[in-house]
Amino acid sequence: MADLSVQFAGIRCPNPFWLASGPPANCGDQVMRAFDAGWGGAVWKTIGEPIVNVSSRYSSVDLNGYRMMGLNNIELISDRPIADNLREISEVKRRYPNHAVIASLMVESKREAWHDIVKRAEDAGCDGLELNFGCPHGMSERGMGSAVGQVPEYACMITEWVKEVARTPVLVKLTPNISDIRAVARAAKKGGADALSAINTINSITGIDLDTLTPRPDVGGKSSHGGYCGPAVKPIALHMVQQIASDPQVQLPISAIGGISSWRDAAEFILLGAGTLQACTAPMHYGFRIVEDMLDGLSRWMDSKGYANLPAFRGLSLPRVADWQHLDLNFKVVARINPATCIGCQLCYTACWDGAHQCIHVEGHAKPEAAAAASVATIVSTPATPTVSHATPAKRIPRVDEQECVGCNLCWLVCPVENCISMVRVDKGDQPQSWAERVQSL
Amino acid sequence: MIKQEIAFPELHPPLAPQAAIAEANRCLFCFDAPCASACPTHIDVPHFIKQIATRNLFGSAETILEANVLGLSCSRVCPVQVLCEGACVYHNVNQKPIAIGLLQRHSMEHFYQAAGKLPYKTIPHAKKVACVGAGPASLACAAELRKHGIDVTIFDKRPNPGGLNTYGVAQYKFTPGDSAREVELVRATGVEIRAGIAIGESLSIDDLEREYHAIFIGIGLGATQPLGIPGEKLRGVFNALEFIAAYKTAEPLPVGNCVAVIGGGNTAIDAAVAAKYLGASQVSILYRRSEANLSAFAFEYEHARSAGISFVWNARPVRFVGYQHHVNAVECDGDMVVPCETVIVAIGQSRLLETLQKIRTIEVRNGQVVVNPQTGQTADPKYFAAGDCVNGGREVVDAAAEGKRAAQGIVQWLT
Repeated sequence: MADLSVQFAGIRCPNPFWLASGPPANCGDQVMRAFDAGWGGAVWKTIGEPIVNVSSRYSSVDLNGYRMMGLNNIELISDRPIADNLREISEVKRRYPNHAVIASLMVESKREAWHDIVKRAEDAGCDGLELNFGCPHGMSERGMGSAVGQVPEYACMITEWVKEVARTPVLVKLTPNISDIRAVARAAKKGGADALSAINTINSITGIDLDTLTPRPDVGGKSSHGGYCGPAVKPIALHMVQQIASDPQVQLPISAIGGISSWRDAAEFILLGAGTLQACTAPMHYGFRIVEDMLDGLSRWMDSKGYANLPAFRGLSLPRVADWQHLDLNFKVVARINPATCIGCQLCYTACWDGAHQCIHVEGHAKPEAAAAASVATIVSTPATPTVSHATPAKRIPRVDEQECVGCNLCWLVCPVENCISMVRVDKGDQPQSWAERVQSL
Repeated sequence: MIKQEIAFPELHPPLAPQAAIAEANRCLFCFDAPCASACPTHIDVPHFIKQIATRNLFGSAETILEANVLGLSCSRVCPVQVLCEGACVYHNVNQKPIAIGLLQRHSMEHFYQAAGKLPYKTIPHAKKVACVGAGPASLACAAELRKHGIDVTIFDKRPNPGGLNTYGVAQYKFTPGDSAREVELVRATGVEIRAGIAIGESLSIDDLEREYHAIFIGIGLGATQPLGIPGEKLRGVFNALEFIAAYKTAEPLPVGNCVAVIGGGNTAIDAAVAAKYLGASQVSILYRRSEANLSAFAFEYEHARSAGISFVWNARPVRFVGYQHHVNAVECDGDMVVPCETVIVAIGQSRLLETLQKIRTIEVRNGQVVVNPQTGQTADPKYFAAGDCVNGGREVVDAAAEGKRAAQGIVQWLT
């Protein structure tokens, strides 16, 4: 069995799965139930001077029947007294000494205010601090949250204030609502941060009710931009985590956040350098039990790959992310359609014709004249006229003109049948050459 | 009007709105979709399903009705398993096909509940056409003619229009009330419907020809054929169509406890299942050949089985046995005797030769009107025909397709 235990910027916990700072980590009772379910740590819902929330607060984007592909919220930090939150942190740590409890903090941008809250949180017994420089709605209008995180100098300054008194590791949570996330990551490093958390939520309007014309969530006929999260934001989070993980000026442990819903997501973030994984939308959608398969699946995958522990594969995909100019221009793949599994939906055909490079053909559907004239005389296509019969009639099975196929992947992406279209490498016999190399050789 | 309808349990429950969207989202949106090709009326199935997925229900209804004005009845009575759903590419990956029939019903019921109208903006045409018969073929023909502004009058000998959709479809599939809604949709386009008029009797062929520029024949088929064996006149021996028409639109004929249905087609199954619903405890279908030869669709056979109908194979009735003028058994080849209180004969409909022969200028072969399949035009260019009287008895959707095609033939011929 793979070892999932974690040591992250000096914080120890049984596994890398943490509740992200948000509604699931709002009180001690929730956090303790989460630990019982298997979560390795929790970042407490941001503590600061209690606020007043509006009703309603969340809205979502559904995709073709899947609920909450993306979630947005306009909820602010904790609405509970600081003392209540800190007392519960103490209680949780007393009962769960081996789990990580991180206090997320946000106070007004005054040195004394930060010193005070840091001391109180650490006195309560938390294992680390997460500075919320990312919340993009509400708090930012009061000069906190992303208003700090969008200005590297502010982020650096407040990190320095915190580090003046902090005895536990300090994580700085970054906002993605910025043109280059590395700027704030570097500023946090400069301020003395021990680790980074990324990403916070993304500015968003999820949609508009077409009956009332009010955007969601509806607060008495008005709405406000909210923070977007959930599976929809994972690709953005992966990219930003990769950016800060690859930055030679940063080099800090990263607690990854952004649409993590399964062990597969977790493995991907770890491969791009994440040390721990925070989830919020997934437990909001399915409850704390969602962690069970995260643990089980990650552990089985690690066993199957021979990774004894998390450091064994952390960051292994980072060297495989390069600037475009370093990709091999002579690498070529073409689409091959398996006639035995093709169901004849012809989505690849119409996608190629309308959305790509016009190199998939269907019998009985003539090519537009211009394309026909430009095309080579003889089409080398696969599959060749089938000699055996398949479930789908031969004339419904599209054919790929491999001479014309640019290997864009679109047909493979739209194909509803797993392993029906494969992108096959075609060796042209050329030596690998990148754009950078080509320019240099000229 | 139509009497209070008997409430039979529905064969398939309708889709709830959310379930319809979930099902619609399963549709792959195939290019050159096989479902659309498999539909005789070529409804643009992926398009109307996409419209359901985006909650554009009126748009989806118009997509359906543009191709097939009988979209409501077809959604209920079409043998989708052998048409659109049978062609769904999901079969090729051993997945359930898209529930096209239920989705179409979802769209159609929304349209009718919201009192939708056909969006025809017609420019009046100088010509007048008579449609003889008020069944699916004539309704489809009439609607298409109205689209072109042609003046249409439908004549039907029965008191209610709709043809077999009103009188002959099993109640658990389609009710006379729904049939009437579909008729009204067509009538609302400006079609005049004159019920209770038999052509060649209360209205002469000469008068018809004098008054109309073209005549469409959509009279369907006649009564159930007799078996031609002794005892057929005994009390308690019914033919399937009169039995079905009676329980749907008048008073049900008494079935007693024990019913024997003779035949192996879909109508035999409709009659047998209805007999069960009407109170018979024991219903048997007597079929002259083996199980493998059954002409009913496989899903109809399954339905009959699940309704508790028993089947007697290789049973060839030779006479009906009676007591005091009432049937009490069917005697078959090989001395097999099946006791019963009621017999329902369902061995197919006869041809309406008598009516067709009154129109001397058209060609009738084997009791079926001969037409050019592209235009529906008969040997007499003034006459067009479609539906069961041409094809010998097929599905509602075939009548709808042929009726519409004939209308296009008429328009072409008149202009």
